[in-house]
Amino acid sequence: MQTDLITQLILCVPEIMIATGALALLLTGVFIRGYSYTIVTWLAIAVLVAAVVLLATSPCDGTVFGDALIIDAFSRFSKILMLVSTIAVLVISMSCARAEKFDKFEFPVLILLATLGMMLMISAGNMLSLYLSLELQSLALYALTAINRDNLRSTEAGLKYFILGSLSSGLLLYGISLLYGYTGYIGFAEIADVIAKQRIQPGLMFGIVFVIAGLAFKISAVPFHMWTPDVYEGSPTPVTAFFASAAKVAAVALMSRVIISVFGASVTVVSDSMPVWQKMIIFIALASMMLGAFAGIGQHNIKRLMAYSSITHMGYVLVGLAAGTVTGIQSVIIYMVIYVAMTLGCFAFILAMNNHDGYVENIYDLAGLIRNNPFMTIIMTICLFSLAGVPMLAGFFGKWHTLGAAVGAGFVPLAVVGILSSVIAAFYYIRLIRLMWFDEPKAPFRDVPIDLCLVLILSGSFILFYIFFGIWISPWAEQAAQSLFLML
Amino acid sequence: MLSGLAAVFFYLFSFVMIVSATTVVVTRNTFHSVLFLILSFFNAAALFLLAGAEFLAIVLLVIYVGAVAVLFLFVIMMLDVDLITLRRYRMPRYAPVGILAGIVLLMELIVVFISSNVVQMANNLAYPTPDIAMRSNTQALGDILYTDYVFYFEIAGLVLLVAMIGAITLTLRHKTGVRRQSIAEQVARMPKTSIEIRKIESNKGL
Repeated sequence: MQTDLITQLILCVPEIMIATGALALLLTGVFIRGYSYTIVTWLAIAVLVAAVVLLATSPCDGTVFGDALIIDAFSRFSKILMLVSTIAVLVISMSCARAEKFDKFEFPVLILLATLGMMLMISAGNMLSLYLSLELQSLALYALTAINRDNLRSTEAGLKYFILGSLSSGLLLYGISLLYGYTGYIGFAEIADVIAKQRIQPGLMFGIVFVIAGLAFKISAVPFHMWTPDVYEGSPTPVTAFFASAAKVAAVALMSRVIISVFGASVTVVSDSMPVWQKMIIFIALASMMLGAFAGIGQHNIKRLMAYSSITHMGYVLVGLAAGTVTGIQSVIIYMVIYVAMTLGCFAFILAMNNHDGYVENIYDLAGLIRNNPFMTIIMTICLFSLAGVPMLAGFFGKWHTLGAAVGAGFVPLAVVGILSSVIAAFYYIRLIRLMWFDEPKAPFRDVPIDLCLVLILSGSFILFYIFFGIWISPWAEQAAQSLFLML
Repeated sequence: MLSGLAAVFFYLFSFVMIVSATTVVVTRNTFHSVLFLILSFFNAAALFLLAGAEFLAIVLLVIYVGAVAVLFLFVIMMLDVDLITLRRYRMPRYAPVGILAGIVLLMELIVVFISSNVVQMANNLAYPTPDIAMRSNTQALGDILYTDYVFYFEIAGLVLLVAMIGAITLTLRHKTGVRRQSIAEQVARMPKTSIEIRKIESNKGL
C-alpha cells in the first residue's frame, strides 16, 4: 500500500488542516487580544466544517507515513461523527464561556488540538501513533477540564483527571511494551500476524489485558470509571459535553480498531475457549451496564447523572463490540451516532438551566419546567425517553442493534442483562420526566439562547425521526464496519 | 566484550553510577540526593561515550544535567518536603502496601520470563543494529527522527505545544497596575512630550 509522499499527504489533508488551523488561530488569538474569543471560536468552527466537507467528499483509502495512519471508510465515518459533535460543542459553549468567565481564545485552540489528537486516534495504525495521539488528546482535555481556574471544583477535577489519566497511560504503555517485546512489532497488522500464528503466551496475554484496561479507562467503562462522575461534575459544562460526545467517539473507534484488527486475529485460531479480549470485553460490558444503572439512582446532580448514564451506554456499545462480527461493529457505529445525538441534546439542555442565580445543576431545580418552558421540556423528554430506550425513538434502535448483534454471536445472557439494566436505568430518566411535568414549578429559567435552541431542535428531531434517518445511516455504517475487517 | 583500558573505565563508571544511584535513594538530605543524581547522569554519559554514542552522551549532559536536574533542585527548594514526619508517620503506614505491590510485580515478571521463550524473542528484532563505522551516530539518529519517524516527531512537538498552552492558560495572570518596560515607548519619547520648560520668576519659587 506504499504510495508516494504527495498522495499520502493528500490522504491526511483534514488532519494537516486542523493542525495548521490550530497554530494559526493561536497566533491570531495572541495578536488581536481584546475580543479574540468570539472570533477565534467562529474561525475554529469554520476550520472544523471545512474538515468535515473534505472528509465527506474524499473517498480515497490508504495508509500514511508507513502504517502510522489508516484512512478507510471506518475512520472517515468516525471522524465525521466526532467533528460534527465537536462543532456542536463549540456552538453551545459560547454563552456559557462568557457567563463563567473562561472566554479565553485558548479554549477553542485547545479544543482544536484535542480534536486533532482524536482524528489521529481514530486512524492510528500502529502502537506509536496510538500512544502519541492519545496523549495529544488527553493533555488537551486535562487543560480544558481545569480551564475555569478560579473555580475550585474545576481545578480539582482537572487534577484528578490528570493523575488518573497518566496512571492509565502508564498501564497502556506497559501493555504496549509487553506486546512489542513478545511480537517484535508495533504495527497493528504485524502484531495481528504474530498473534494469529502462535499460541498466546502469558506475557502477551498480560499485554492485551493492560492495553484493554488503558483503553477502557478512556471510555470510562467499569472498573475504570471512578474518575467519570467527579470529572463530569467538576469541569465546565461545555467541556463535559465534549468529553461525553467527541472524546467517547474517538476512544470507542480506537478500541474497536485495536480489538478487531489486532486482537481479533486470535479468533481465527481454532480453540475451545473464548479469546482473552472477548472475556474481558464481556465482563467490562456487564459491569458497566449494571453499575451505571444502579449508581445513577442516587444522583441528584444532573451532570453526575449524565456521567453514570454514559457509563451504562458505554456498556451497551461494548456489548456490540464483544460480538466481534461485522454486525457487531456496525451496531457500535450506529449506537455511537445515536448516543452523540442524545448526549448533545441533554448537554444543550443542561447549559440552558440558567436562572437568576446563575447555572444550576440540581435535578430538583427542574421541577414543573413544563409550565415555564414547554419547548425545553418537550425536547428533553424526547432525549430522556430515548436514553431510556423507549421504542420508536433513536435510543431504542441503538440498543436493538447492539443487543441483536450479541444474540447473533450467541451471547444471549449478555443481551438479557442489557435489557434488565435498561429497565433499571429507566427509573432515573423517568424520575426526571416526572419532575419536569408534574411537580410544582420553581424559579423560571432565563430565555434559551438561539445557539442552544438550534442544537436542541436538531438533536430532538434526529431522535424523534430516527426511523427515517436510520435507513441511510445503516448501509453507511455497514460499509464502515466492513472496512475494519478488510485490513485482516 | 570489553578488554584493557576500556574495561577498566567501564567498571569504574558503572561502579560509581551504581553507588551514586543507591545514594540517591537512601540519603536523608533531598538536596544531596539530587546532587548524586547528577553524578549518576555524568557516569551514564561516560558509559555512552565508551559505547561510541557520543551524541547521546552530550545530549544526556545537556538535557538531564542542564535542565532536568536544575528543575529538580527548584522543586525541592520550593516544596520544602517535611522528611521527618514523612519517615516517622507515613512510611510505616504505606511501606507494607508498597512492598506488597513491588513483590507482586516482581513475581509477575518472573512468571512471564519463565513461561515464555526468551531466546525466540531476541530473533523478533525488527531492525539489526547498523555498523557504527559506516554511519555516525548523529546522522543515524537524524535519519530516524526526521525521515522515518518525522510524523511521530511532529506529533510529539504538538503534544509539547499543548502542554505549554495548558500551563500558560492555567497559571498566567495578567496583573493590572504593574509597570512594565516598553522599549518602543521609551524610544519614541521626544523632548517635547517629556520635558516641560517653565520660566520661574526670581524670589517666587514654583
